[in-house]
Amino acid sequence: MIVAERKPLEEIIGFIKDYKKILLVGCNECVTVCYAGGKKEVAILASALKMAFLKEEKELEVKEVTLERQCDQEYLEEIRSIVDQYEAIVSMACGVGVQFMAEKYQTMPVYPALNTLFMGGAEEMGVWAERCQGCGQCVLGQTAGICPITRCAKRLLNGPCGGSTKGHCEINKDVPCAWQLIIDRLKALGKLDDYDNLMPIKDWSAERSGGPRKIVREDLRQ
Amino acid sequence: MSYPDSIRVIQVPCTGRVDVIHLMEAFQKGADGVYVVGCLEGECHYYTGNLRAKKRVQYTKKILDEIGIGGERLEMYNIAASDGPRFSQVAKEMDEKIRALGPSPIRTALQKIHAARQAGVNVETS
Ligand code: SF4
Repeated sequence: MIVAERKPLEEIIGFIKDYKKILLVGCNECVTVCYAGGKKEVAILASALKMAFLKEEKELEVKEVTLERQCDQEYLEEIRSIVDQYEAIVSMACGVGVQFMAEKYQTMPVYPALNTLFMGGAEEMGVWAERCQGCGQCVLGQTAGICPITRCAKRLLNGPCGGSTKGHCEINKDVPCAWQLIIDRLKALGKLDDYDNLMPIKDWSAERSGGPRKIVREDLRQ
Repeated sequence: MSYPDSIRVIQVPCTGRVDVIHLMEAFQKGADGVYVVGCLEGECHYYTGNLRAKKRVQYTKKILDEIGIGGERLEMYNIAASDGPRFSQVAKEMDEKIRALGPSPIRTALQKIHAARQAGVNVETS
């Protein structure tokens, strides 16, 4: 999932301080699962914003809506009939949702309530960790299912580096060395011989450095 | 069991039922202070209800601090169900603490806005 967290309230208040009526839109997908921008967080933020305004003896009208997905045109359409009644939209979706919202409602100011952080998962309740950087050319088949692009600080394809100490990365002793994890798992799988196969230079043009990416599937396109 | 008149008791089956939004809404409606009373730690009928409540109280305190209401207006206490005297004592303590802090800025603002409306004054709302 896409993992995000709420921006500091002060920053969100700064975006909307001159408005009286806002539409606060949550998203039912990733940001609900990581407790950043689902229905519950929409209610909490609405309450906090109203109180922040009241404290200044101002009233803020907040319409709370949570859409199935904000990264999908059809769900964004669901608010078309009410959008005009508000002065601005605050989106609690990831950066994709915020941008789709802004593209859909061209004349509305749209503000993000979250900082979108990474693609990851919950290691335990309340703890989320990064697992994928969307490099566009997955290497997990050669690395025992552990991503060195994401989990190695140096993105080494043929690691470890000399900084690997007792299984930990030199950047921080709380970070496991990705290459230690890879070697341990290859060993456990009886595939340690695979470690001898040097990985070729990676084509980074499939990654973000090649510019914004796009997939076109002609079989699906209308 | 006596406690100050200012305190309004809201019963829940377990403090684990108390969510951040419930605490927020109490302040939004003008409560000067709120405290959650759970069973003693380790004695929750549902095992961890009071521990979860404690974390939610901590989280809500941070939000209240961020918006300038003051996290100290919200507290969590753990009192044995049979300990009436302690319940009264905590109620008194909390009442005194909130009185010392004065009315919540939200309550003051709500009263001003309400009074202005009554007087027919068009308040600038933003
Ligand atoms: S110690 Fe391991 S994880 Fe850290 S940079 Fe070196 S190879 Fe990568």
